[in-house]
Amino acid sequence: MSTLLSLWGQLPFAIQVAIESLVKIVAILVPLLLMVAYVTYAERKIIGYIQVRVGPNRVGPRGWLQPIADFLKLFFKEIVIPTNANRALFISAPVLSLIPALAAWAVIPFTETLVLANLDIGLLYILALTSMGVYGVIVAGWASNSKYAFLGAMRSAAQIVAYEIAMGFALVGLLMAAGSLNLVEIVKAQQGGLHQWYLWPMFPLFLVYFISGVAETNRAPFDVAEGESEIVAGFHVEYSGISFMVFFMAEYANMLLIATLAAIMFLGGWYAPFDIAPFNWIPPFFWLFGKVAVFMFVFLWLRATFPRYRYDQIMRLGWKVFIPVTLVWITVIGVFRFLTPWGFIFR
Amino acid sequence: MTFLQFSFYFFAAALIFAATMVVTIRNPVKAVLFLVLAFFSAAGVWITLEAEFLAVVMVLVYVGAVMVLFLFVVMMLDINLTRLKEGFGEYLPIGGIVAVLLVVEMAIILSSKVFGPASMPRPPGQPETYSNTAELGKILYTEYAYPFEIAAIILLVAIIAAISLTLRRRPETRYQKPASQVSVKSSDRIKIISMDAENPHADSQGESGK
Repeated sequence: MSTLLSLWGQLPFAIQVAIESLVKIVAILVPLLLMVAYVTYAERKIIGYIQVRVGPNRVGPRGWLQPIADFLKLFFKEIVIPTNANRALFISAPVLSLIPALAAWAVIPFTETLVLANLDIGLLYILALTSMGVYGVIVAGWASNSKYAFLGAMRSAAQIVAYEIAMGFALVGLLMAAGSLNLVEIVKAQQGGLHQWYLWPMFPLFLVYFISGVAETNRAPFDVAEGESEIVAGFHVEYSGISFMVFFMAEYANMLLIATLAAIMFLGGWYAPFDIAPFNWIPPFFWLFGKVAVFMFVFLWLRATFPRYRYDQIMRLGWKVFIPVTLVWITVIGVFRFLTPWGFIFR
Repeated sequence: MTFLQFSFYFFAAALIFAATMVVTIRNPVKAVLFLVLAFFSAAGVWITLEAEFLAVVMVLVYVGAVMVLFLFVVMMLDINLTRLKEGFGEYLPIGGIVAVLLVVEMAIILSSKVFGPASMPRPPGQPETYSNTAELGKILYTEYAYPFEIAAIILLVAIIAAISLTLRRRPETRYQKPASQVSVKSSDRIKIISMDAENPHADSQGESGK
């Protein structure tokens, strides 16, 4: 042990920092990818029970090893590259969609101190990275040389551009209240229990944010990008094997990201709902985990409940409903904070 | 070489490589993707200059929105590459002159005393608590409030102009009116009337007795 420590001390400082960051990144990504695997299992089980089925129950006890089996199956399958597809872009599209989904986790605070990069502009960083996820979809649709994939990509691009604006405005309201773009500061502003959460004063923004999040991740009922009844599987129709799996991982990592962000920004992150004895015995990390789990359940519940939106209705909802709602609420926050004595509501 | 220098050279090299590829690569979709890479590398260079707000906004606006629309348009064009190359010799002299002029101008500016690296030393780094975003916000909404508002109005005018260009009524197209669709009640669509059974003896005669 001591020899190891002395060896560590001899390394140059830059390499020490690099190794330390690498270990931290692995410590975030490995549990994240495990969660992604088990979210797919949870999805199949929960939707199964909602539809009065049992869901996967063959591989391992109660089907617990099903994600592992799925992974192995997809991993060893052949990647079929269509004729006349643009080979380089076809291969790089899944990676383009996975990288932003994983890189955004760098600024997520799991507790007050457990955060890889405590950026002052964390919220903007998240917005910038989530807006880049669309490239994977567009490039996949174009490079596949398939009309279904192309239609899916175009739908997805228009949808993501539309909902990003609503999402950005919802977060503008939030940062007006918190007075910071730092995610740790935003959570700290909600300290003190349930009544301090931004969920209450920002309720319209919360709804807009979460629904836009569902639309941004191309999840049902906004999954026209892969609407299988019309365009087979949309942008990933030509993908198989591990390249298909990478798209899948990106989608679920994005769902987890949206759920975590909603918990951090509107449900007080790692804080317990009541700052009294039985509640604050539970470690902060588990509170965040529990809140994320609630949002993930809502994601799956929505998918099991609602039929798919029609495309023009999606566009109408984004442009004509959500954006005006957020603009009005931003005005309300501004007017209340600076022109009336009730500004403390939006503190 | 410090890490800062290393990252500067890395991002700068990536930027120059990507920018060169944008103008030399044949495939227009790939050219747009290289432009994305160029924006991204430029954002990286800005971060090394401690302009992190501008860097992230650059990624958010240019990479996240503008280039998506670019890609959207370029993807849908069916560009004939051989015809695209036809005018190359014709435009070469003018393009060459512009390029040479640009290089000369850059050389003059960078080698002069006013803009040389010696006259513009790296500004001292800010403390860790310094928030670039807050400072920028303060100066933008106080000192530069009027230019900011004027820029906003110009953008608004541009938006309205763009919309009015595409806005044309087509009487033959039938649009849905979502407001009336949503406000429809069941009583508007179906009417339940109570009436006597048509054949009072249907039960006793059975189904097949028609």
